[in-house]
Amino acid sequence: MRQILRIAGPFLMIVLVAIGFVQLDPLAVLRGNAPPVEKLTIELAQINQGELKLRLRAESSEAMSVAQVQVDGAYWKFEQTPPGPLSRLRTAWITMNYPWVQGESHHITVLTNTGATFDYAIDVAMSTPDPASSLGWFLGLIGLFVGMVPVTLGMLFFPALRAAGPGIMAFVLALTMGLLAYLFVDTLSEAQDLAEKSAETLSIRKVVWLVALVTAVGLFMIGRRLGAGSGNGRGPAMLACAIALGIGLHNFGEGLAIGGAFASGAVTLGSFLVIGFTLHNITEGIGIVAPLTDQRPDLLMLCGLSALAGLPAVLGLWVGVQAFSTHWAAIALAVGAGAILQVLIEVGLLIQRRYLDSAAPQPLSSLLAGGVLGLVLMYSTSLIVTV
Amino acid sequence: MNFPRINRRHLLGTGLVGSWLGLIGASASAALATSSDTPKGHSPHAAGSMMTVGDVDPASNGFDPHSILTDWDRGVTSVDSDGRTVREFLITAEDKEIEIAPGVLFSAWTYNGRVPGPTLRVTEGERLRIVFRNNGSMPHTMHFHGIHGASMDGLTGAGEVEPGGEFTYRFDAYPFGCHLYHCHSIPLKRHIHKGLYGGFIIDPDPDLHPDLDPQAIAIARSRQHGTPENAIWQEMVMVMNGFDTNFDDENEVYAVNTVAHAYAKQPIAIARDRPVRIYLINITEFDQINSFHLHANFFDYHDHGTTLAPTSRTIDTVMLCQGQRGIVEFSFAGFEPGRYMFHAHQSEFAELGWMGHFEVVA
Repeated sequence: MRQILRIAGPFLMIVLVAIGFVQLDPLAVLRGNAPPVEKLTIELAQINQGELKLRLRAESSEAMSVAQVQVDGAYWKFEQTPPGPLSRLRTAWITMNYPWVQGESHHITVLTNTGATFDYAIDVAMSTPDPASSLGWFLGLIGLFVGMVPVTLGMLFFPALRAAGPGIMAFVLALTMGLLAYLFVDTLSEAQDLAEKSAETLSIRKVVWLVALVTAVGLFMIGRRLGAGSGNGRGPAMLACAIALGIGLHNFGEGLAIGGAFASGAVTLGSFLVIGFTLHNITEGIGIVAPLTDQRPDLLMLCGLSALAGLPAVLGLWVGVQAFSTHWAAIALAVGAGAILQVLIEVGLLIQRRYLDSAAPQPLSSLLAGGVLGLVLMYSTSLIVTV
Repeated sequence: MNFPRINRRHLLGTGLVGSWLGLIGASASAALATSSDTPKGHSPHAAGSMMTVGDVDPASNGFDPHSILTDWDRGVTSVDSDGRTVREFLITAEDKEIEIAPGVLFSAWTYNGRVPGPTLRVTEGERLRIVFRNNGSMPHTMHFHGIHGASMDGLTGAGEVEPGGEFTYRFDAYPFGCHLYHCHSIPLKRHIHKGLYGGFIIDPDPDLHPDLDPQAIAIARSRQHGTPENAIWQEMVMVMNGFDTNFDDENEVYAVNTVAHAYAKQPIAIARDRPVRIYLINITEFDQINSFHLHANFFDYHDHGTTLAPTSRTIDTVMLCQGQRGIVEFSFAGFEPGRYMFHAHQSEFAELGWMGHFEVVA
């Protein structure tokens, strides 16, 4: 009984203090008759035949009302679902019949009842694609060429890696480190870009860091439990899986970016761009098989690894062309960044065990050259495919 | 979602490299052909869709744009020791939140609780006494466009009234015409666009112009409120104004007599065979000019209304700078009954609320 009181006591006091503060309202003198500063984020736009749909999220401390909507500088009839004032962090859809023009820009301004305005630009208008249409198949194919194909091509280096001497092996593992370091930075900055566009109140930029850290630590713990770091036979296979998973999540983000750029008209999916991505991602295949050189993986396992690393790009493309919530996409990429961070640590530990802790001469120059080359290779090939 | 880093033109130019991916190229063009099938024309409801949503309740707003068209403030008259008519008005400045478009509230500064303020209608040569009380939160003035002495000019230092104070502007009503008054306290732009302005109409008095010919006398009588010659005219005042609701020095809402689309949703009824006279005043802030355009008809225009003969004949669009005003005269006699549109011919203003209809009834 006393124990319960000890725990409940502080909670009771918190509630009492809160009630007392609200009842006495000592801050009343600070409030003028001015309305609080309003904030509203237009999270996404869907463009359908003769129709524009926007999702709004209210961010003010007090409920706010959408009074009128301008499209291209003209008041336009709209419907709000659900109707009525929007309290903090609530969302609503605004739907308008609007004769939008394919390939041109449209500007939308939302007026609240206080006359505050919030703007949104559709840079290049085109119908929000339906993944079930022929476009969906086409995007799936693009996803395969961005994800599966390069990873599989990279894995074709496996026999050559097995035949290589220990100096080359150290070089390849360091190359993998460089590659993963690049992917970590790339995924995290992509996540931050998306967080920037999300509702400010949700503080997605912080969430991205936290999710990445929790994912990395969580996967690290799971890996320990399954024996990834140990010297036994399962270790290298587990590490290859972890690398494939991290790369897969990164490729999901890449698909998301390509799909989003395509849907917003920012990019034409020409063959040049697709080949660029294929080249860019070939190194990923080498990275996945690098820990397996002293193993004898069967074909099924190699196919599985390639699917794990490559297929998420297809999914990313499908999601990316839809009107999607930037905050969820940012969190998905944060998970990817965390997964990559974890394999970065695991590969680092592997290099430590194999080359730095051993009595044999340490291949320091090979490691340095491999790491730097990994970074340079990824960065330079990324220049042709920046979307 | 925008990923603006891409250089679109660059990629368009290089999109055909790599013919071994011909399959993808073919699917891509098929997919794009599908998405370009989306309509470029109007959807069935689009024609009537360019409009504010909802209605402004005149009762809760405290004024009705339809009443403002014709509710001339004639003040209270008396005769002084010289036998001249003295016309006295009481105007009170007050802060008030008004609804300028359905659901959009604006913290206005008003004369007599309305925007535009009362339309003062006087006769040429009368002695005017305008008692101005300031119940607002800021110093204000009434600066009349008319003829008066420096001390009656309604500026900072000449008839400016502190909150709670009072001042009486005294001057004679000259010249006849379509004029306006507005607050001239500083900062000027804000004091005007917050709503402190109104019409000031001086009707011509033919007795003061003995050299007029009979035709000119008839015209002057037709402009003189209360005469039988004036009674056949359908007169109204239209104050072209705008509201900057988010303080970015641009108007979000445009209108005549304040409420966006008020006359589009509820047209102004016009008896077809009687002539129409509009006292047109431009007090729009931020934009240098505003304009009035009448559909399917032409009008005569008297710039400033200070002449009995039109200054422009047979025009259908007239342009007014800030503070400019004039008299528009036209007739729909013999026209097909129906709705005739009028609006600013700055399409931007029209689409943001400055558009209305005359309902011409036979």
